[in-house]
Amino acid sequence: MVRIDFNRLRFLVIDDNAHMRRILRTLLHGFGAREVYEAEDGAAGLEAFTHYIPDIIITDWAMPIFDGLELAQMIRQPGANANPYVAIIMLTGHSEKKRVTAARDAGVTEFLAKPISAKGLYQRIVNVVANPRPFIKTKTYFGPDRRRNPNPNYVGPERRKGGKADTIRQTALLEKVRAPG
Amino acid sequence: MAPHKNTAAIATYGDHEVIKPENKLRKVVSDTPFVPGEDDPVARAERALAELSGEFGSMMDEECDRLDKERRAVLAQGFTMANKERLFHAAHDIKGQAATFGYPAVAAAADSLCRLIEYTPDATRIPARLVDQHVDAVRAIYREYSRNDAQDLASMLTVRLREVTDEFLIRENRNRPDILEQITGGPSIVPE
Repeated sequence: MVRIDFNRLRFLVIDDNAHMRRILRTLLHGFGAREVYEAEDGAAGLEAFTHYIPDIIITDWAMPIFDGLELAQMIRQPGANANPYVAIIMLTGHSEKKRVTAARDAGVTEFLAKPISAKGLYQRIVNVVANPRPFIKTKTYFGPDRRRNPNPNYVGPERRKGGKADTIRQTALLEKVRAPG
Repeated sequence: MAPHKNTAAIATYGDHEVIKPENKLRKVVSDTPFVPGEDDPVARAERALAELSGEFGSMMDEECDRLDKERRAVLAQGFTMANKERLFHAAHDIKGQAATFGYPAVAAAADSLCRLIEYTPDATRIPARLVDQHVDAVRAIYREYSRNDAQDLASMLTVRLREVTDEFLIRENRNRPDILEQITGGPSIVPE
């Protein structure tokens, strides 16, 4: 298990449900975190993000004023705030494919379906801390690379959603094996 | 509070940039293995949650009362955008929290109510009786949770609720093939 020094991490929990905020705070303090800030809607969450500059945001999807998806889109604006690269973990009761895809396309780093577990939350935190993905910027997207498992055998145009294709020749694994030397 | 300064390596391609921001969080990670007997953080967090569990009953009471209040508002006023959203959120919160509170069998009935509200194109067509049956089921399953046969009863109740709801939703969405696919669609793709 990867060891994380939680007391050096600053968390922001955004959820309109006070019980869920308490559960999250309890888990994070249990992990060893000291700095856990809270907000009860998207607008307060954005304000807290600007003020506290957290390392990791854990947000609900469905919230008043603006929701977790809109919040993620507002944060993923390069140059518009102090840390557009901040890790965003979306914690929600929605787990349908279209929801997960929408969260991914809004720039969410990790998705965690309720009911929450200590293990599930810990794994998501380890992922964002120890294995961060590069960010991709196109005309229509700014956020973590949506390709979690690049195919080393892929040969063809390097395409990104929302832009003109740019051909980048990638060597197939088979060709690498056959290549002399 | 002073903002972090971001430094990033940027590779530019024809239609996109690949940006590798400096990983400021890397400093909090170490590979030092846990020694036998050492408390791992997940176990510590689970213990902290167990200490809180004495309050889960009253939290669940509050969530069920909230659902009942929103149901009454809908029945009194008819569905409006605002009360529909509040009823959905009350059911959605129970769906997400019931298992954490120790009442996993309650979640399925709440989920069925969420589906009913989310996938009905015109909420005013939702039969009040069906809303009532869902809310009463959620409250009854929770109230009777200590019974030996509670799980079986909850399962029977929610299976039937789901059947009736699906029949209604399929009828209401007969001209919306994309929604029909979601209603009858596959399981979640989110890893555990």
